[in-house]
Amino acid sequence: MSTTTERPAPAATAAPAARPAKVRPRGESSPLAKALSHGVLIVAGLIALFPVAWILFVSLGPDKTDYLHPGQILGKLTLSNYQHVLGDTDFFTWFGNAVLVSGVTTVFGVLVAATTGYAVSRMKFPGHRPLMWSLLVTQMFPIAVLIVPMYTMLSDLGLLDSYTGLILVYSTTTVPYCAWLLKGYFDTIPVEIDEAGRVDGLSPFGTFWRLVLPLARPGLAVAAFYSFLTYWAEVPFASTFMLSSDKYTLAVGLQTFVSEHDAQWNLMAATAVLIAIPSAAFFYLVQRHLVTGLTAGASKS
Amino acid sequence: MSVAVQGATGKGGREREQRPGLLERLKRSYAKHWYAYAMIAPVVLVLGALVLYPLVEGIWLTLTDANSLNVARKIGVNEIPASYEFVGFHNYADILWGPGSYDRFWSHFVWTIAWTAICVFLHYTLGLGLALLLNKKLRGRAVYRMLLILPWAVPTFVTVFSWRLMLSDGGVVNSVLSTLHLPEPGWLTEPWAQKVAAIMVNTWAGVPFMMISLLGGLQSIPGELYEAAEMDGATPWQRFRYVTLPGLRSVSSTVVLLGVIWTFNQFNVIFLLFGTGAPDAQLLVTWAYRLGFGQIPRDYAQSAAYGVILLSILIVFTAFYRRWLARTEQANG
Repeated sequence: MSTTTERPAPAATAAPAARPAKVRPRGESSPLAKALSHGVLIVAGLIALFPVAWILFVSLGPDKTDYLHPGQILGKLTLSNYQHVLGDTDFFTWFGNAVLVSGVTTVFGVLVAATTGYAVSRMKFPGHRPLMWSLLVTQMFPIAVLIVPMYTMLSDLGLLDSYTGLILVYSTTTVPYCAWLLKGYFDTIPVEIDEAGRVDGLSPFGTFWRLVLPLARPGLAVAAFYSFLTYWAEVPFASTFMLSSDKYTLAVGLQTFVSEHDAQWNLMAATAVLIAIPSAAFFYLVQRHLVTGLTAGASKS
Repeated sequence: MSVAVQGATGKGGREREQRPGLLERLKRSYAKHWYAYAMIAPVVLVLGALVLYPLVEGIWLTLTDANSLNVARKIGVNEIPASYEFVGFHNYADILWGPGSYDRFWSHFVWTIAWTAICVFLHYTLGLGLALLLNKKLRGRAVYRMLLILPWAVPTFVTVFSWRLMLSDGGVVNSVLSTLHLPEPGWLTEPWAQKVAAIMVNTWAGVPFMMISLLGGLQSIPGELYEAAEMDGATPWQRFRYVTLPGLRSVSSTVVLLGVIWTFNQFNVIFLLFGTGAPDAQLLVTWAYRLGFGQIPRDYAQSAAYGVILLSILIVFTAFYRRWLARTEQANG
């Protein structure tokens, strides 16, 4: 590959005047273009960062109108909002509920999606196309059609106000996309690996479980990240299906707490930061895999 | 069908060694497919029970006049049976051409279409632009990538709330605008500004997903193609047009389709930014939720009818989109 870095003669004649014979390694751009790229990325990065940093900053101001006078916050930085939110609510109960619900949804959803994705990727069974198609269509269902019948169904089954009910409802929305995603990832893993496993006497499920799943770790990480993130702070379903306050998930619980205390935006900001911390931690754990997943895809080409 | 199938084929194979005919082949394929079916069974069961059944039930509701006053419910210990009636297609007719249907449906319809088109266009172009930059050999691109994924990594519940504070009257956005002597629209109160604000927030939140997907796509384009193009004297624009874009085709077609579906049904951004207020900025999906859950009495039947209309629009769109994809693929060889 490195032998082709020098620009051969025909290319030079094709664009003769534009750039004189300065040879630059492939993939490197001129200093000006580089500076421009950095400039654009810095601006975009700041835009991406600002709202997140802003909420963190506002959460440190003690008064409920502080967000209108950000300058004043600097003079009176305090953690009192956090103290209040952590001390005066069922924060840890709600936190536990949210971890339980989104954790189980993630593990269950990714496992189920992985088996489906694998089956669709490797086994051309009758009906695999309709299945992919219906997985796609499932994502189009607006919650308005489903939420009322789901509510009556869960109440008939006695699953209203229970973790199981919410977990099942959540799974219906993440699983289809995760199955799609993982099917795509399994497609990039050579079939020879499966065949080798079969020759060595593993069952189809054994090949999947022991050979393919470990190789698909980056894909699984992305799917897990997606599921966890979607449901960690989900409000409409959780607030409709969970009725008693000791079953609330974090986002629902904190929202009811804040709306009880007329527009105390400082407290709301602190709760928002508290909600963001676990998902940021999860992101940090996973992002190494996200990156390896992407670079693995690149080297595979 | 039981677990024994796998062993049985082996035994059956030895017994019928002389004539490995159709029966044997069928048996083998059954054994193979049995695994496939077992592996997809959980998904099919969950989706069948929790999506198909409610969907059928939901479609039935749209043919009735169900609302929160006449469905089966419990008050204390008294069970009140459902008393709603079958009304045929009255709900659909009422939504589509009943009195006031412009305000109730068509204005939201137009806004939803415009919203989807603008948002997906911005997501894709900005995402592609940033992905192209991140794909270059630049110092610190790991840091840039981390920063740019941030809007995706923090729950919308949190980021939209932050935007709400920033966009409120006297919030940081308007403070900046006023120091620049620019007009300060009421982002959360004026109809036009609400729409602009919603598009802005949704674009901010949706670009990272596109960017990461397209970055993955860019990295899977073989470098040799660029070398060959360069040798043939292709300009940067030609390399982009004839190597990068075709290389991104399959990724693009998937993420654009998903983007359209998700943006069309985008609930969180509007709901968390405006609540059930802001009637002008409500998309069809949030409007349907508002009918079903944000008012009293709750109009379940109309809400579900909106949902069915939404779903039909998406299915029609997807069918056309896929046909269009197939046609362009043929045209390109």
